[in-house]
Amino acid sequence: MSKILKEYTYTPAKIDKGYSGKSLYIHVGDLRIEEKEVTEFMKEKFVGGKGFDLWYLWHAVTPETRWDSPENEIVMSAGPLGGITQYSGTGKTLVCAISPLTDIPIDSNVGGYYGPLLKFSGWDALELQGKADKDILIFIDGNKGHIIIEEADDLPEDSHLLAEELTSRYAENEQDKVNVSVVSTGSAAKHVLMGMLNFSFYDPRRKTVRFKQAARGGLGTIFRDKHIKALVVKYKGIKGDTNNPADLATLNRVGIKYHKQMHDLDDKQNAMRKIGTANTIMVMDKYDLLPTRNFQTGGDPDAYKISPQVFINEYLTQGIHDGCWYGCTMSCAKTADHFPLKTGPYAGQCVTVDGPEYECAAGLGANLGIFDPQAVLEQNFYCDTYGIDLISYATTVAFIMECYEREEISQEDMGGLDLRFGNAQASLELMHQMSRGEGFGPLAGLGIKKLKKIFVERFGADENLLDDIGMENKGLEYSEYLHKESLAQQGGFALTNKGPQHDEAWLIFMDMVNNQIPSFEDKAYALYYYPMFRTWFGLCGLCKLPWNDIVPADNYLTDTPAKVPEHVQNYVEIFNAVTGKNIDKEELILQSERVYQFQRIFNIRMGKGLREHDSAPYRSMGPVTREEYLSRQERYDKQLQELQGLDPSTMTLDEKIAKTRAYREKQFELLTDAVYKRRGWTNNGVPTIERLQELGMDLPMLLEIIKPHL
Amino acid sequence: MITVNTKEHPWHKGMTVRTVIQEKGYTFTHLVVRVNGSPLHESLYDSFEIHDGDEVLVLHLMAGG
Repeated sequence: MSKILKEYTYTPAKIDKGYSGKSLYIHVGDLRIEEKEVTEFMKEKFVGGKGFDLWYLWHAVTPETRWDSPENEIVMSAGPLGGITQYSGTGKTLVCAISPLTDIPIDSNVGGYYGPLLKFSGWDALELQGKADKDILIFIDGNKGHIIIEEADDLPEDSHLLAEELTSRYAENEQDKVNVSVVSTGSAAKHVLMGMLNFSFYDPRRKTVRFKQAARGGLGTIFRDKHIKALVVKYKGIKGDTNNPADLATLNRVGIKYHKQMHDLDDKQNAMRKIGTANTIMVMDKYDLLPTRNFQTGGDPDAYKISPQVFINEYLTQGIHDGCWYGCTMSCAKTADHFPLKTGPYAGQCVTVDGPEYECAAGLGANLGIFDPQAVLEQNFYCDTYGIDLISYATTVAFIMECYEREEISQEDMGGLDLRFGNAQASLELMHQMSRGEGFGPLAGLGIKKLKKIFVERFGADENLLDDIGMENKGLEYSEYLHKESLAQQGGFALTNKGPQHDEAWLIFMDMVNNQIPSFEDKAYALYYYPMFRTWFGLCGLCKLPWNDIVPADNYLTDTPAKVPEHVQNYVEIFNAVTGKNIDKEELILQSERVYQFQRIFNIRMGKGLREHDSAPYRSMGPVTREEYLSRQERYDKQLQELQGLDPSTMTLDEKIAKTRAYREKQFELLTDAVYKRRGWTNNGVPTIERLQELGMDLPMLLEIIKPHL
Repeated sequence: MITVNTKEHPWHKGMTVRTVIQEKGYTFTHLVVRVNGSPLHESLYDSFEIHDGDEVLVLHLMAGG
């Protein structure tokens, strides 16, 4: 029995229209536990979820706070719709902190049961501040109203072992395991800056603990720096009305309509129930969008080896419900069960691999030049259990591999690892080094921004080349889409609050293939509407996928099929049905914009958030190297003629590369001008007082930050 | 000459929506097609004839990330 450090009893608040009205504050250093009121002001201005997280985080930190400062907080919240069971994708938790990779707020949207169970235990949000002096575990019993903080030195480090042990420990029996959720990271999180958090849910069909990840920005690194080994919540008694919605009948009606679409149309559309997000691998390859060998090209002849059909036929269990929260008929959280590991400390064991998601196959596969599904899944497993964000890992290792192949760094610089494209064994060994804190692992785990500087200063690498090919913005690694030919998506990645994650905007087809947003103003509108719309999922505790990974059969008849108007209306109706409010689709966007502008100003407060911080590496815009240009020469030559009136037959290759670069960089600047204007920002990216007034966000604390920049 | 997603594309006799999709190399299957502004159901792709000068939109409803 572990030593109990602190006990706290409370009366669980009854949920009213999606809110408990209380948040929980825990200082893990001095073991202080406090209850806070969730005010009407918070609900009005910030809604919940990521909005609440950012509000609390703002008050916890100062401009001098860094990721490992004791006052940095990990804040998590499910949002008012979190935990409903009538609609798909409603069990999300939003997690925020000051990131070790970016020094600004990061936000991650994660499935699993923790957030909804936390809310039903009486807490709209949880703040974790301070640093413990030894490993601790925090257990919340939501039925009894009991919180225990205890020592956790004796628990395993890696998530798949830790969460299994804790789920068994806190469940009364097999049936009770579904009422327990664990937040943990893994052994690598102590040694890298790209550590992530695993949020568990128990799968009674497979009789195993499953995970979803709050992956981006180093949340797991902060978690371990605070010496938190795990968070555990237990709540028994979830029903269709546990959120105590204002209008259960509407919630049921909208949900049934949606589930029928899923049943009737998913097989004809994206097959999310069969393969999940990995359904897009071959589409990306065919349209030259699958990032290959550090985003050099958009496809590879070997891509078929990691196609969705390979995973479906050979690895992924079919025919089992795979939702990461109750009531999600999209059921896209696939697994490879009884998967035999070949390397590392668990070699020879058969495990359940949660995945692969698209980002996993694209990142750990194509972008590393590894077209071996077994190796993709093994890397997937180890990233998860070690607590490594696989997107940052994949993009960083792709960068390292290119630096090595271009002889900017040597095998000796990497401690003897032969990290060339396609070498899955070397990549797996790097992961194991990250887990052990040995060799090249901790250095690689610093992420691209810091590695660029180290490679230049320590190994004499070419600074300009590394700046061009290092796919990071704001310190966060790009997610796995090749987007050189979509100017709008260049903005969709770089002109973001937290960095280049695709959850703000994904405009590649709308821009590059459909040619629906040809002008700068069109693109700027898209880079206003979609980031605002998608931010809303994070305020409410929702998943993005049910919005447009299935669409109504008559969606093609609408004026704006890309917006999926019927589903937007669904969201309006379920928000009103839960909260009793009366928003419309315009107010939905404004709810998001209030938080979006707040986050932008938060970045400025932390010394970032200006135009210079939105710059993008040239590889995200166009061909850096001769090989890249030559690989798509017909396309680039044609663009020189059509867009710039030049005759490529009279130009050298280097001249063509230079002219292409000058043109594309200028286009990006013009896009930035247009987007800033549309978002109500100055040309330096600062929200204007006028726009804040229009939104009702002209709060003195925000005006104080922006005035020196106006 | 016709336009496909606002860009010029050569027209030929007997051209259908399906022909346009194939000639453009559109392998993604979740499409919304409009000819001269009118939406077209998928069941008509093989038979609906495209005329010289038509404006064809083939919108890929790619959900993406």
